[in-house]
This record gives sequence, C-alpha cells and structure tokens, in this order.
Amino acid sequence: MDTLAALGHGFLVALTPYNLLWSAIGVTVGTAVGVLPGIGPALTVALLLPVTYGLEPTSAFIMFAGIYYGAMYGGSTTSILLNAPGESGSIVTAIDGHAMARQGRGAQALATAAIGSFIAGTIATAALTFVAPLMVKMALLFGPAEYFALMVLALTTVTAVLGSSLARGLASLFLGLALGLVGIDMQTGQARLAFGVPELLDGIDTVVVAVGLFAVGETLYVASRHRFETEEIYALKGSKWMSREDWARSWKPWLRGTLLGFPIGTLPAGGSEIPTFLSYLVEKRLAKKPEEFGKGAIEAVAGPEAANNASAAGVLAPLLSLGLPTSATAAIMLAAFQQYGLQPGPTLFDNNPELVWGMIASLYIGNVLLLVLNLPLVGFWVKLLLIPRPWLYAGILVFSSLGAYTLNNNVIDLVILWVIGLLGFGMRVLNVPVAPCVVGLILGPLAEQQFRRALAISQGDPSVFLTHPISAALLIIAALLVIGPMVLRYRSNGAAKGAGKGDNASPSGSHPAT
Amino acid sequence: MTIRMPGAVKGVLTAVVLATAALAATPSLAEIKGLEIIAPASPGGGWDQHARTLQQVLQDQKLASGIQVVNIPGAGGTVGLAQFVTAKKRSPTILVGGQIMLGAIVTNKSAVTLDQVTPLARLTGEYTAIVVPPDSPIKTFDDLIKKFKADPGSVSWGGGSAGGSDQILAGLIAKAVGVDPNKVNYVATAGGGELLASALGGHVTLGMGGYSEFAPQFQAGKLRAIAVSAPQRLPGSDTPTLKEQGVDLEFVNWRGVFAQSSAKPAELKELQEAVAKAVASDEWKQAVKQRGWIDLYQPSAEFASFLKQERAQIEGTLKDIGLVK
Repeated sequence: MDTLAALGHGFLVALTPYNLLWSAIGVTVGTAVGVLPGIGPALTVALLLPVTYGLEPTSAFIMFAGIYYGAMYGGSTTSILLNAPGESGSIVTAIDGHAMARQGRGAQALATAAIGSFIAGTIATAALTFVAPLMVKMALLFGPAEYFALMVLALTTVTAVLGSSLARGLASLFLGLALGLVGIDMQTGQARLAFGVPELLDGIDTVVVAVGLFAVGETLYVASRHRFETEEIYALKGSKWMSREDWARSWKPWLRGTLLGFPIGTLPAGGSEIPTFLSYLVEKRLAKKPEEFGKGAIEAVAGPEAANNASAAGVLAPLLSLGLPTSATAAIMLAAFQQYGLQPGPTLFDNNPELVWGMIASLYIGNVLLLVLNLPLVGFWVKLLLIPRPWLYAGILVFSSLGAYTLNNNVIDLVILWVIGLLGFGMRVLNVPVAPCVVGLILGPLAEQQFRRALAISQGDPSVFLTHPISAALLIIAALLVIGPMVLRYRSNGAAKGAGKGDNASPSGSHPAT
Repeated sequence: MTIRMPGAVKGVLTAVVLATAALAATPSLAEIKGLEIIAPASPGGGWDQHARTLQQVLQDQKLASGIQVVNIPGAGGTVGLAQFVTAKKRSPTILVGGQIMLGAIVTNKSAVTLDQVTPLARLTGEYTAIVVPPDSPIKTFDDLIKKFKADPGSVSWGGGSAGGSDQILAGLIAKAVGVDPNKVNYVATAGGGELLASALGGHVTLGMGGYSEFAPQFQAGKLRAIAVSAPQRLPGSDTPTLKEQGVDLEFVNWRGVFAQSSAKPAELKELQEAVAKAVASDEWKQAVKQRGWIDLYQPSAEFASFLKQERAQIEGTLKDIGLVK
C-alpha cells in the first residue's frame, strides 16, 4: 500500500507540465540517439550532464530515463530497415526483422517491435515498482558459477540459428569464439591474438562485428550479384498495419520476452544481449512454423524486442535499490546522482523518495510517449526502402562506417569493420550462416571469464558448477534444450519410418543411421 | 516611459555592474582558447568524470574556453596515451590519467610510456578499502591475515582489472605479511557494479575498491570495511588503517593530468597556471567533495618526482605477482 501511495505521489511529480516536457524531450532525443549509429545513451547522458546542472534533479533524471528507454526503442529501427544494429541489444532483431523488411513487411516488424517494447517496458516498470528489492536479492545469489551456467544456457541459442548445415554453422560459431579471444585476458592481464596492435587489446567490439557481418557483408553481396539477380525489395506490400494473424503471433512472444528480459536485466553481469538470444531460442522452439525463422518470422522480432526493453527496466532495479550500476548508462546515471549531491545506494529510496518515485512514474509516462512517437513514424521509416538501391546501399555503407568510427574515435575500428565485412561477404557466398558467429563472439568471452573466476574461487574444483543449485538447474535446462529435440526427432523419424514402410516421407533430411 | 529610481538603488546597481565587469575582466586575460581534454576511457568512469569536472570548472572560472572532452577508451588508457603522444595538435591538449595507466603500460608492453608526456599536476586520489559482507566469518583484518597465511589460496581477493591498483595493493599486502605475492588468489572483475555485486553477494572472500564507491553500503550495513589504505583514518569514518593493523603500507589510487611533451614552455606555464587556479576554486573543491574524491593536488615538479617513485614500486610489485616477467 505504501508503494502505491508513493507511486501515486511520483505520478503527481512526473505529470507536472514542466516534467512532462522534459520526459518528452528525453524520449525524442533517446529515439534519435538509438537510430544514429555509434552514439549510445551513455555518451548522450554524459554530454548532457553539464548542461542539466541548473535543472531540478528530478527533471534531469526524468529526462535521462527517457533517453535510456528511447534509445532502446530507436535501436530496433536501423536493425530492421538497414540490417545495421545500433547496439548489441538489437542484434537478434536484425536476423528476422530485416528479412521481413525485404519482403515488404517492414512496417509490421517496426510495429511489433514498438508495441512489444511498450508492453514489455510497462510490465517491467511495474515489476520494478513492486518487486525490485526481491529481484535484487535474487540477482546477488548469482556468482561466477551461476553466470557460467547462464552463458551455457544462452549458448544453446546457437542451435536455433545454425542453418541447414551443421558443419557450416559450427564453423561460423567457432570463428566467433576465436574473435572473442582477441584482447587482454581479464584474469591474467596478458594480451591474446592482438598482434601488437594496442587498439585490439580491449577486444573487438560486438557491434562492429555485427554491423560488419550483417550490413557490410550483405551490401557487398548485393552489389556483386546486382547484374545477375533482380530480387525486389518492397518498401511496403499490402497494409501497413499488423494483421489479425500478426497480433495472434506476437502477443505471446511479447510476454515471454518480458519474462526473460526483466530478471536477466537485474543481473549485474547479465548483459542486454542474453535475454534476446534466449527469447529467440524459446520462440523458435515453441513456434508452429519454426522453418520460417531466419526468413522473416514475426515472433523472432516480437520476443527479442520485448526482452531488450524489459531488461532496460531491470537494469534500474539494482541501480535504484543498491546503487549498483550494471550497464554503461547506469554508471553515468550514478555519476549524475553524485553531481546533484545525492547518495545513490540502499538509502536513496528513504532519503529522496520524490526523485525515485518521480523517475519510476516518468518511465510509465515515457513508455506511452514513445509509443505515440514511434507508431506514426513507422510509415515514414519504411519509405527509406523506396530509395533507389544503389543509393540505399551506398548510404548503408556510409552509415555503418560512421557508426564504427564514432564508437571509440578510432580508425582501427573502421579497418576491423571492413575486414569483417569482407569476411561476411565470403561467408554469404559460401552459404555459411553469420548469426552463430555473433552469438559465439558475445557469449564466448563472458562464459570463459566466469568459468575461470568460478574455478579460481573454488581453487580448481570443477564440482562447483553442480553443487550450486542455481548453476546445476541452468545446466540441466541447457542439456535438455540440446538433447530434447534430438530425441524427439529420433522418435518421430522412427515412427514415420514404421508407418510409411520405407516411403521417404520424413520432412527432415536427417535419418538416423539405423 | 520613465521610471523613477531611488538614489540608493541606483548606487547599488552601478556597484554590481562595475563589480561584474571587473570580475569578468581580470581572469579572461589568461584564457586558453580551444582546449581539448582527452579522457582515455569510456564515459562514466573516473577519468571521464575528472575530465568533465575539469572542463566545467575551467569554463566557469573563465580559465579556458571552447573546451572539448574526447573519450578514447582502451587498454587501461594506453590507447588514448598513444594517440596523445603522436597527435600533432594545433590547439592545446591535455590528457587525464592515473595509477592504472602506469600498470597498464607495463603489462600491455605499451610502445609509449609516461616518459613521452609532461606531468602537469596530480589532482585527486582515492584510498582503497578492503570490505567483507556483514555475515562473513572474517571480522577483522587480523582474521583475514591469519586465514591468508594458513592457506593463501583460500582467500579470494575480488577487485578491478588484472594488473590494476587493487591487484597491486593485494601483492603489496602479501609481501608485507610475508606471503609470496605470487600466491594471491586474485579474481579480476570489470570493477564498478560487477565488483560490488560479487562483494555484496559474498562470492569472493573480500572486495577491494575505492572507499567512496563502497561508502553507501557501509551506512546501510550491507558491507563492512576491515581496513583502509590511507595514512590515517578518513574523516567521518572509523575504519582502521593498514598501518594501525601492523602492515606498514600507504596506498593511493591517484589521478592527474599530463601535457604533450611538444608543448612550448610558455604554453606549458599557461596550462599549469590554469589547472592550479581551477583546483584552488571553491567550485572544484565542492565537486571533489560531492564525488567522494580526496584533493591530492601536486604541481608539476612534485608530481614528476612522485611519479618516479610510484613507477618503481608498481613495476616491482607486478614482477612479484608474476604478471610481468
């Protein structure tokens, strides 16, 4: 009851015209920042910090929260339309979102992303209101062993993006794992595969790789085939609204994405990509037409987009209740608290209730504003695809290069982008899927660090992964996810064989050897 | 339309106008134009915050104008350092750096070192706190050392990046209590939230980090500090120092600014004066207090000799730990 009263008071604070204005400015700036390559919400808040010095802290934080949520919304737009994910949370969206856009269903992809983000954002903000302290308590139970098990579970996503050939899929995965090794080894401080290039010491940025493989590789491929093939890209085929079927296929993934995103978002080392991977995997496993995945399945956009927005709200839970920053943006907000002389941490809720509840209330309002801002823009965005193809693809290259450079103000990142782009082109020519590479690159280093930390703490005893209950449970789920489908396939193949009497009717080409 | 103004008000107004004019006129004589401050880290970290605070103060105090902060993150600051050393700048440029950079230069075998830049000033420092969760069986620093001596591997020391300040302090403590620094079971994290979470959750035996980063957790009783690396107890804190507890060590994670070695003597003098005036201002002192830093200002010459000592200590410790051959 106290919570509701406090939240009600928060709404009174956030709904004053003055604060509403700051919220609107925040979400607009945030959306723009999400669309623009290379400028993330963290940098934006850092740049605005000195400007907002004269503002009331409450108004400033309402604006910052708007920027944070807005960037999550905006990130999906470039993923879907240009195949160039602006931040790591929307990499998965690009896989099926861009495929939808090429089929003239870009409007539906953008709409399901926007509505899914809205629903996920709203539910997760409600969760933040009521169960934040509980979630944070849960999150602190995660030690290195548990994180390692979570990474293994996320790694099973790879089975959903392997493509038709196991060998090619695994080659791509291992390429990603190898790229993930580049840079300083965190536990010993030694350089690996850096070849004396200091810029490589911090590893290769996942966004650079994703944009290189997806956008640059694709563009080069299209350019090389230009004279031989004339695949049409449709800006819009049919209605721009979501059909009844689209809604029916979207609402469950929205909810499941939220359920995955919020708790993982509260984990201090969870990362915004992991819930999107898991959501993709879950949706493919549960889909009626899993064969559509990778070719423009709406579930594969709805789920991961909901998941990344829910995780954005999750990140605020440890920040507000413990003063624990779990993402770059959260770290800047923490610095901003200090600028205003506020002590972030366990006492913030008690000492500055007006600020905290005003900010939480403004998140609800920001969500509504974002939907209002984004849905009408859908029609405008898809017109981008009407640009003649040579111009459009040239534009994508400029856009991608600009983004890679501004990420760290570093020319080496441009070189990496182009080398990876050429690699992506080669993979496309040889029909090697690129998604497993990105999954490996993101998860490999995380899994390795946690694995080694867990073993360091246990002094080399590997049984920690099984004696910790959470870790053991996660590993068992991962094992079931990998082995389960194999068993099912084996049994259904066996049944088909028995029934069909040698009639080669089995749809899956992989007959058991028996 | 005329407004009748009483004489007294007129007098006050004139005085205010004159005073403002005088204030604006004097410092602007030495204003540096188009200053660039390089923060060799991502937005949000300590170096970035120092760069941006300095930017604000220099601007407000009219010591410099058109100031830009550029983030060049990577490899413990050595990527930014390398760009700073090689760049041919038309406008004055300064680099923010600190202790972590010293270690990173050695562990990363960086091609450029702090020999190629001119120390401008040491700005602030932070003392390291050693913390445990409230329900930890380790109640005091003595308990910790007993456990550590009996079985060095059983104590996991959680801290920031490998070869960074926290690991160096862990190595120094080991050496001081007579344990081989190579035996320290150091668990490197990305620092910040990740470190705080593993300390709060009790996943490591102890956590090491800047005192002010942990301070809110002490007040809420979620963490307990068993030692601090300061020369004496910090104001408003009853955490005993390492020295009080029999380990003769002082350790500060400092931050400072550097100029390009190509800067002309006149330019260098201008920069030194601007920084000296900035750190003497109330605005800077206020900002330092708010962020929980400790003002450890040292002008150019003193800073240079401090750096020399510091380097020897850090390089020696990194060898003892076994990170550098």
